[in-house]
Amino acid sequence: MTAIRRAADVAKGDLLPERVLHVDRAMLVRYAGASLDRNPIHWDERFARSVGLPDVIAHGMFTMGAAASLLTEWVGDPGRVARYTTKFVGPVVVPHDTGAEVVLGGKVTAVDPDTREVTVELSAVCDGAKVLGRALATVVLD
Amino acid sequence: MSVNEQSVGRVYPPTAPYVVSAAKIREFAEAVGAGDPAHVDPAAARALGYRDVIAPPTFAVLIAQQCDAQFVADPQMGVDFSRVVHGQQTFVHHRPLTAGDEVIGVLHVDAVKVVAGNAMVTTRTELTVAGEPVCTSTSMLVVRGEQP
Repeated sequence: MTAIRRAADVAKGDLLPERVLHVDRAMLVRYAGASLDRNPIHWDERFARSVGLPDVIAHGMFTMGAAASLLTEWVGDPGRVARYTTKFVGPVVVPHDTGAEVVLGGKVTAVDPDTREVTVELSAVCDGAKVLGRALATVVLD
Repeated sequence: MSVNEQSVGRVYPPTAPYVVSAAKIREFAEAVGAGDPAHVDPAAARALGYRDVIAPPTFAVLIAQQCDAQFVADPQMGVDFSRVVHGQQTFVHHRPLTAGDEVIGVLHVDAVKVVAGNAMVTTRTELTVAGEPVCTSTSMLVVRGEQP
């Protein structure tokens, strides 16, 4: 069993280990099925273009979910997330042939030693542009 | 057709219970790359103090979006689904969703704001299990206006 991270061992400015995620169409279809979000802009490029998008784009919630996975593995218990918020500020465009690369990361922005609440700002960047904006999670550590 | 601004404050009737299954949790966890064994192994989840396998933090969107569908499909709202973009999302969790939970969602329309032809609609879904609050999911949806 993995140990749960302790608030006493965490300091403002600490970085979460970065993860580079290669996103392809198959992953979006899988997320569409898992989440029941079957909007065709996430898997049908003809439809995506017909509504003014450059190509198929990933679900915003796919990226928010992938960033949460980075966070919960760092915490050691996926049930410790008390609050998680983000703005969706840029799309992850997923071309058929190449897919897309999303760099996920996180940084501790606040630690409350009394409540053991730790705030982490998560990031997701695709082609140098932010995908998530002000992505803040509050986790309760040991 | 633009989004009905008179709908602020509307509360939709509670949904039929959504039963959280271990299979759906596993499927969702795999789709978002959530590798923690507490999503798939009941013994690992129990070791962390949970009754059964627990869902990843964004799983609640699956239930919340089904609630949002009531609003998107409501002819009085005037929403064109193909023009809806997700602008913002917030979850407040009281505890993780757990396999076996029978979740009821109540959808609230909190705000409708029209800026430059786009409507920004904020909906809030209160998720409860046996009357106890488990999660509040707040979504800001942008309904893009027709291009001139």
